[in-house]
Amino acid sequence: MNRVAMSRAASLLRQTRRPGRLGWTDILSYAYLALGVALMFGPVLWLVLSSLKTPAGLLEFPPSFLPLSQKTISVPGHAQPLELHRVRLPDGSVKELAQVRRIGIQATMVDPANPAGPVIRVPIEAREPVREVAFAWSNYTEPLKQFAFGRYFANSLVVTIVATIITLLINSMAAYALAIYEFRGKNAALLMVIGTLMIPITIVLVPVFLVVTQLGLNNSLWAVILPGAATPTGVFLLRQYMLTLPRDLIEAARMDKASEWQIYSRIVMPLTLPALAVLAIFSIMWRWNEFLWPLAVLTKSEVYTLQIGLNAFQGELQTQWHYLLAMTVMTLAPVALVFVFLQRFITTGIANTGMK
Amino acid sequence: MSETGSPPRAILRDSHASRLIQAVAGLLDRPMAWIQRAVGGRGMAYVFLAPNILFFGLFVFLPIGINMAMSLTGGTNLFLSERPFIGGDHYRGLMQCGSYLDPASCREDHFWKGVSNTLKFTLFQMVAMVGTALVTALVLNRKIRGRGFFRAVYFFPVLLSPVVVALIWKWILQRDGLLNGAITLAGGEKILFFVEPGWAMFWAVFVSVWAHMGFYTLILLAGLQAIPADLYEAAEMDGTKPMRVLTRITLPLLWPNLVVVLVLVLIKAVQTFDEVFVLTGGGPGTATLMVVQYIYETAFANQVQNFGLAAAASMLLGSLLFALTMLQLWIARRKAA
Amino acid sequence: MAGLVLKGIGKSFGPVEVLRGIDLEVANGEFVVFVGPSGCGKSTLLRVIAGLEEVTAGTIRIDDEDVTGQRAAERGLAMVFQSYALYPHMSVYRNIAFALENMRLPPAEIEARVRRAATMLRLTDYLDRKPGALSGGQRQRVAIGRAVVRDPKIFLFDEPLSNLDAELRVATRKELAGLHAEIGGTMIYVTHDQVEAMTLANRIVVLNKGRIEQVGTPLDLYNRPANLFVAGFIGSPRMNFIRGRVGPEGRLVTPDGKVTLPLPPGLAAAGEVTLGIRPEHVAPCSAGEADARIAVELVEQLGSESYLYGTLADGTALTLRSPLEDPARRGEDVPVRFDPARLHLFDAAGLAIRP
Repeated sequence: MNRVAMSRAASLLRQTRRPGRLGWTDILSYAYLALGVALMFGPVLWLVLSSLKTPAGLLEFPPSFLPLSQKTISVPGHAQPLELHRVRLPDGSVKELAQVRRIGIQATMVDPANPAGPVIRVPIEAREPVREVAFAWSNYTEPLKQFAFGRYFANSLVVTIVATIITLLINSMAAYALAIYEFRGKNAALLMVIGTLMIPITIVLVPVFLVVTQLGLNNSLWAVILPGAATPTGVFLLRQYMLTLPRDLIEAARMDKASEWQIYSRIVMPLTLPALAVLAIFSIMWRWNEFLWPLAVLTKSEVYTLQIGLNAFQGELQTQWHYLLAMTVMTLAPVALVFVFLQRFITTGIANTGMK
Repeated sequence: MSETGSPPRAILRDSHASRLIQAVAGLLDRPMAWIQRAVGGRGMAYVFLAPNILFFGLFVFLPIGINMAMSLTGGTNLFLSERPFIGGDHYRGLMQCGSYLDPASCREDHFWKGVSNTLKFTLFQMVAMVGTALVTALVLNRKIRGRGFFRAVYFFPVLLSPVVVALIWKWILQRDGLLNGAITLAGGEKILFFVEPGWAMFWAVFVSVWAHMGFYTLILLAGLQAIPADLYEAAEMDGTKPMRVLTRITLPLLWPNLVVVLVLVLIKAVQTFDEVFVLTGGGPGTATLMVVQYIYETAFANQVQNFGLAAAASMLLGSLLFALTMLQLWIARRKAA
Repeated sequence: MAGLVLKGIGKSFGPVEVLRGIDLEVANGEFVVFVGPSGCGKSTLLRVIAGLEEVTAGTIRIDDEDVTGQRAAERGLAMVFQSYALYPHMSVYRNIAFALENMRLPPAEIEARVRRAATMLRLTDYLDRKPGALSGGQRQRVAIGRAVVRDPKIFLFDEPLSNLDAELRVATRKELAGLHAEIGGTMIYVTHDQVEAMTLANRIVVLNKGRIEQVGTPLDLYNRPANLFVAGFIGSPRMNFIRGRVGPEGRLVTPDGKVTLPLPPGLAAAGEVTLGIRPEHVAPCSAGEADARIAVELVEQLGSESYLYGTLADGTALTLRSPLEDPARRGEDVPVRFDPARLHLFDAAGLAIRP
């Protein structure tokens, strides 16, 4: 933990309910929470740091905390930059020297301050590389060029956006019908929605695959978008919200010669925006993170979503962790950004609806 | 919905989201007016309901029927018309066991291995998940500075995709990873976490708790905050010891929420697949193979795609989930009453 | 020509009959007020006319066209709701324009109409505001503006003043009367406040338990109530009722025989009757000309006038109004005189006995 965080933690500890008195339970609580912060954020932080290391840096064991790499220096008379080492000289003094070449256990060094001076030969165990923090940004740029990462990202984006729009539209329409109208079969429809709640895609994997195949949607993004578009949770959430709208508003709109569609789109939808926003965020989360169904239905790599692509990478590119880690960071970045901005809204929304 | 649950103002500003909705909806004004003329104002209820119900029918209810039919037919063809009827053979095959306590003695040894792994996983995960979520919620319910920040920290992994979660931990737990580095520095020997069955199961449970406990913490915290403050004040006036407050006031009043969380965890745990699949691939061997992975592989990943067997297995899993969901609804209704 | 004709209207919610056999004609340009105690069905009747509720019996005709089966949007009526029902997400301008947009009028025409209505209702400065940023009175005017701008066949008002404070209510009442004089539309107005009814209406429809008790001009109802219910409902404080039977000398005798009172002249009545007299038609007098004496139990001094609450010798409550500031004290025995021209008489069934 750095100093700023330390001082903040210290000020946290000082301010408890009774100023000036810190019970042992308070200390225990803050200790627990501090451990929690380390455990929850640590792994993500480690992922981000690791993703900026070079392949050589990743192979290091035990791993270094920060991305480090060999410092090099340009020395007149040498075409290539030379590695900089800290060398213990036979007389016991320590000096930073540039390495000209290494043969077996002998290294030939030159003093960068005096490039014309004599070369110094030292055993390799007498030198220690000088390293500096260096971020391997190529881990991020290369996958975009070499692999279809950009395409997976675009596929995920399309799936998420299109599916969320469809979900918002058809769920709100159904919720509107179930909230505003009295009609024959309403209870049956409500029961159907509840019934759907009990049947996750896990259970109907094979037959949904059959339906999608029959519809000719195999290996298209529609195969991922359509099956989950009608969500029972969404219908319930929106219906509950619509039930709280004053009936007078709808009747006033009817008196104002609005058609039923206009009442839905001009009056009810705008007034349901808070609930729609909650559903939109859930839907974005579901779609961006969805795994099992796309895994089953997408077999051609050009339609892979990010999650499937990532999973395929980790199978194929076992040794290319530097790319895999960078791609993982890129996959979680949008979610992290959304969370940073909408954190309070998301957590209260979930606490209120009890869904995820 | 409480007012703190309303979205940031930017989303709600009439000039943006609302205008967009209205502009798009405006395109449908005329077609919808024609439809209303055709079906009448009352009939519009069905028009509004139709798309959603169509999706439900196509991707939920029809598949249930197909699933049943598929589980009773054999062969490797996907299309029902090409599949011979074989009755309950798949079910009999799934149930055929020398001893139900030993998966290796079963004809579908992977299925039973999956069942036993899922049971183990569910049991450990429920205890660990509810335990940590409860403790965390209790701590966060104290008069803590920066509660919002801590709540966010615990909640953050909930939003991460299972693949990302699994890869984060795979990187930490690999042979030359952070954890083994720490163990080596402390003078220990490297542990091959994904080669030893016990460790693999431990980390499968650990990672899924890490990823999801924030959600249950949130639910329990909401339950804790619904307990009226004057109860605690009364207890304080009575000189009740903190431990007694916990066991006599907090936990009994939180109990309904705790039961809801238990059942939710149970329903999710039984369906565990993605995190564990990416983290361990079901290995070593079949040490962390779950039922859902068995279904997925039987239908989609194996050389011979046995759709019927997968359908039969999913019917069995489905009946279990149905029972659990009924339990959940029953509890929810009792809680509401 | 009749603007609105209701014939045999009935409305049930399940087994509960809310309206029964309502017959009513409303002429064009008339201001009709439905009044009655809560639960009498007046709001339901208004909603039936609006098309927001379907009737279970009877027919509704507007301008000689049968609209019974038509929906609210098709009837060409406008309504001002008790809650105003302003669309909270739209500006005042868009609230008023919404119906016109739905009717697909040309934008220039919409603009002109909205501006005209806004000027009339002094809303021009608020057109860009949302309803949430308006005062109660302003919201009320927006709700009226939303109706006016449509130029509807009939205006419907559902207790539109009940959410305003007393002062504003009186002011808005006057504005409504002025509005009716200015635009001259047919208006149907529901209220439980009889002062609103008396001051606004051309004709009042008194409803009770889903039936029409009486239809008439405000003074008609005040001077010639058709039955006990109307007599008791119209006028404040309410009319005094004294039950008894017609005695041998053509006077009313209370059941215990302790009180005898004069009956209105020229009426043929016999048997069980109820005598009615309004508080303003009873006056303290000298002992010689007294019709009765009351024991005063409560005196309300309002400055401009006073109310005495007391009982007759048989225990019947009697209220009277006096123009004096200090007419009597609690506990006093006051001789009173009934204005013989203002006596009402009702038979055993509660119907008015008329010559």
